[in-house]
This record gives sequence, structure tokens and C-alpha cells, in this order.
Amino acid sequence: MNLQFIVDGLISGSLIGLGAIGITLTYSILRFSNFAQGDFMAWGAYGTLSVTAAIGALVGTTAPIGALSFGWPLIAAAIIGMVLTACLALLLDWLLFARLRDRGQSIIVVMASFGASMALRSLSEFIFTSSPTYFSRGIQMAIPIGLGIRITPDQTVMLATTLILVTAMHLFMQRSQTGREMRAYSQNPALARVVGIDTARVVRATWIIGAALACAAGVMVGILVQIRPLMGLDLLLPMFAAAILGGIGSVPGAVLGGLIIGLSEAAAVQLIGAEWRAAIAFAILMAVLLVRPMGLFGRAER
Amino acid sequence: MIDLLGYGAFFTSSALIFGLIALGLNLQWGQTGLFNVGIAGFVAIGAYTSAILTTPETADRIGGFDWPILAGWLAAALVTAAAAAFTGFATLRLKSDYLAITTFGVAVVVQLVALNAQGLTGGPFGVAFIPRPFAALQDQPALFNFINLGVIASVTIAVYLALEHLARSPWGRVLKALREDERAAISLGKSARSYRIQAFAAGGAVMGLAGAVQAHFIGFIAPNGYLPTLTFQVWAMLMVGGSGSNKGAVLGSVVVWAIWVGAGAFSAAVVPGDWQARAASLQIVAIGVMLCLILLWRPQGFFGPQGLFGKRRS
Repeated sequence: MNLQFIVDGLISGSLIGLGAIGITLTYSILRFSNFAQGDFMAWGAYGTLSVTAAIGALVGTTAPIGALSFGWPLIAAAIIGMVLTACLALLLDWLLFARLRDRGQSIIVVMASFGASMALRSLSEFIFTSSPTYFSRGIQMAIPIGLGIRITPDQTVMLATTLILVTAMHLFMQRSQTGREMRAYSQNPALARVVGIDTARVVRATWIIGAALACAAGVMVGILVQIRPLMGLDLLLPMFAAAILGGIGSVPGAVLGGLIIGLSEAAAVQLIGAEWRAAIAFAILMAVLLVRPMGLFGRAER
Repeated sequence: MIDLLGYGAFFTSSALIFGLIALGLNLQWGQTGLFNVGIAGFVAIGAYTSAILTTPETADRIGGFDWPILAGWLAAALVTAAAAAFTGFATLRLKSDYLAITTFGVAVVVQLVALNAQGLTGGPFGVAFIPRPFAALQDQPALFNFINLGVIASVTIAVYLALEHLARSPWGRVLKALREDERAAISLGKSARSYRIQAFAAGGAVMGLAGAVQAHFIGFIAPNGYLPTLTFQVWAMLMVGGSGSNKGAVLGSVVVWAIWVGAGAFSAAVVPGDWQARAASLQIVAIGVMLCLILLWRPQGFFGPQGLFGKRRS
């Protein structure tokens, strides 16, 4: 068996893991599974693409950095894109989710996220059409790194970026005041309120982090593969499976779950064929639900 | 005139098939509170089961068992019920979100099997030559349309009456008790999980039957008939009609289907050719927005008596 699947799996797994962080946080803090998470990814990627185009129109073409396929405009645009995606999430929360959350039936919020996801996805199809676009059409040479494995410069940088983002997230959740408040709120909302934690701030932070990471993952998918309105929908099942496999509420768990799913998918592509790739996440999901529903790092549900 | 009536019959038949699916969803969601995001998957299981069993023998795929249509419908309901029961078995001891995620996964996997298991499902080209009820009358289109309408309407009425009866039966009263006060019902010795699995399976059976009826009505099925859009449409129908009410489910389906077809015809007439695909996605945006607006402002829907969460809010 060709060992190349390890690199492919690690890369798609880290993208799944980044998206799954948002899912696991929304689930443990806002108490609902957000079906619109995948569409934050797609909207983040399209937003970044639009900002890149705007920067390109302002300053003309720029040279790419080193051996990479993109230059500084894309990095700047990705940061702006993350802010825009966070605004989109906050707007949706204000318009829709917050109002329904107040009524206290979490499954209604799930349904609303389902409706919102449908509307967002079709709206992006309307604006950007369903044909795929790219940040760059250049072709990168993959560099052999031994054992028959090859990796492109872009892929190396994406893996490093994921590592940095995930480490930063973990430190933020463990060390910062906001992170501690978020964890406290997820464990016991009533008690958190009693000790004076500003719940509105916790909710805002959850949306901002989830949406910004979704945008980062979307941009990386755009750089490594392509941008399509359906890209988020296709990653939704792997992301849910990763969040549940890792244990709801656990950031490292979501990332580890993402990596396991990414690696299994890549291995399955070699063993049983690429067309069955999407079934792997479902198989893992069912296995986890039947054997250990609290996941690897989760706590048992009440 | 006869053409117009024929079209009316065709339209009503299509709408009633959606009504059947919505009836199944109403048993799962409206009466039991189980969230199913994989409706398209369950409908597809029914459609493919019946299609594989009833089509004449074909060389390039398994199946073509040439069963009678009614046997195919029965099998469709049973197979879909089994799939739904397994989904419920795996998830219904956990929080309701897990069921939602798993049903979403079921729809993804069913779509994948329909596309890729060419030897069973015919792959992207689907299954053709599905026998239609009263096919001997096919050369008289108007009469044929009306007979089809008759068949579909009788199935819908039968399912409707059965579900109404079920809701009032002791079994339905347990579901109601679980919905209103779960702890009290459990303390009376009713197993919440087992009743929910039964309700989910029964709802699945209705969806599978609807899928089979639709397959035999159109005579041809393909994977792209079971995309997530179908799931959304049915949800919109039930929410417009009023979840919890069987009458609301059927009326909501007719109304939403009329809006959908009307909007499609309008955009086909008004929108220039190269914008048609884009206009179609706006149609879906509209459904998503409508679903959210109903959740916000009129969660009890329009056609039923006070629906599930109308009662709960007090």
C-alpha cells in the first residue's frame, strides 16, 4: 500500500478537524448541532476570494511567496474573510438562533440551522454559480520526502497553519479568561450565570471562533482543492463524525477525530475506491454511537 | 379543457405523494418529536426497493424480479421501516441531535449507494421501466392520469385514516404522554426509547411507501431525485401545514407544492435561459427562508389546530 495516503489523510483530516472545532463548541455551549457550519466554510472561502480579487484590483498582481501558489494578498484576505464570516455568524444568531434559543427547545434551533444552511448554500449558488473556482490555477510540483511520499509546498504550509491554529485554540480555551468562561458555561450554564459570567459574551465568542475557524478551513480547501457552493455540505458529515468521535465539547478531541476520519478516508480511497469515500465518516459515526457515544474525550451525557 | 383537467390530476397526484411523505414525517416529528434530516434517503430506499423488485429482469444489474406492484410497495414500506428502526436503535438513547446527524448521514450514504452501486441501483442513470399501475390504459392519457390520481388518493386516504386511528389508539396515547410529560410516562412503565423507535420506524415505512408510489407514478428513478432539496421541501410542507396535524401535513403539501410549481413556471417564463439555473437556486433560498420565518413567527403552522409547540409554549 502506497504511504502517500498518510499525507493526504493528514491534510483532509486537519481541515475536517478545524471545522469540527466550531461544531463541538456550538454543541457544548449553545446546545445545538449547527448544520450551517459547512456553509460558513463555503461563505468564508467565497468571501476571501472576493477580497483577494478586490486587493488584486487595487494593487495589481503580486508575486507569490517563495514556492507557494499565493502571495500576501491571500493571507490578508483570509484574515478579513474570517472577520466577515464571524459577522455572518453573529448576524444569523441575532436574526434567528438567539430568538429560538430563548424558547428553550434546542431541536427547533437545529431545524432553523438546517433551513439557514439551505438558504445560505443556494444563495451562494445564485451569486457565484455552481461551477467551481480557484484561488490559483497554477500547478505545483510535489516534492518527494522519502518512503514514496510526496508533498507540495502549499500542503506543508497548510499543515503548519492548522497546527498553529489548533495549538492557539487549545491554549485559548485552557488559559484565557474567555476560554475558561466558555468551558464553565458549557459545563453548567446556570452556575456560570450565578458566578457572574457574561453569557452574551460567551455566546459571541463561540460564534466568532467557530465561524473564523470554518473560514480558515474553507480557504485551505480552496487553496488545495477548489471552491464550490457545495464544499461545506460535503464536509458536514465528516465534521459531525469528528466532533462526536472526539467527544462533544473537546477541542483536541475534535481535531484528533478529524485526523482519524481523514486518514481512514484516505486509506479507504486506496483500498475500496474513491467513490465510497463519503461513507467512511458515516461508518465511523455509527460505530462510535453504538460502542462509545461519549467519544474519545467526552463526558457521559446526562 | 380535458388537457387542463389532466394536468390538474397530474399536479394533485404529485402533491399527494408529498403529502404522504409529510404524513410520515408528521408521525416522526409532529407526534413524537423526532427530527429527521434524511427524508430524501428514506424515500429513496422505498423507491429503489420497489423498483428493483417489480421491474422485469435486466441483464446489467441485480433485480428485476417482476413482482406485482402491491408486493413491491409492501416490501418498500418494510425495508424502509427496518432502516429507520436501525437508525433509531443506534441513536434514540442519546440526545435528539444525534438522531438528526445520523439521519443526515443516512441520506448521504443512500445517495452514495444509489450513485455507485451500479449493479444494484443502475448508478447515475437510475432504474427505468418501472411498471405503472393500470399501464394498459396508458394510450388514453387523460383517463390514465385520473386513474393514477385515484390510486394515489386512495393510498393517501388509507394512510391518513390509519395514522388518525393510530394517534387515538393506546399506542398513540403513549406517544402523546411521552411528548407532554416524559417522566410521568416513564414512571408508568412505558419505555420511551422503544416507543420512539417504533414511531420512527412507522414514519419511515410511510416515507418508503411514498417513495415507491412515486417511483411507480413516474416510471423512472435516478439518484438526483433524492437530493437534500426533497428533505427541505417536505419540512416546509409540514411546517406550513402545522406539525402534529395529519390534515395540516396533507394540506401544507398541496399548498407548498403549488407555490413551488408556480414559482418554477413563473421563473421559466420570465427569466432568460442562461439565468434559469440561478433562478432555481433562488427558489430554494426562498424555501429555507420560509422555514426559518415560520419557526420564528408561526411555529404552529397554518392549517392544523394548535400544533406541537403551540401547546408547549404556554
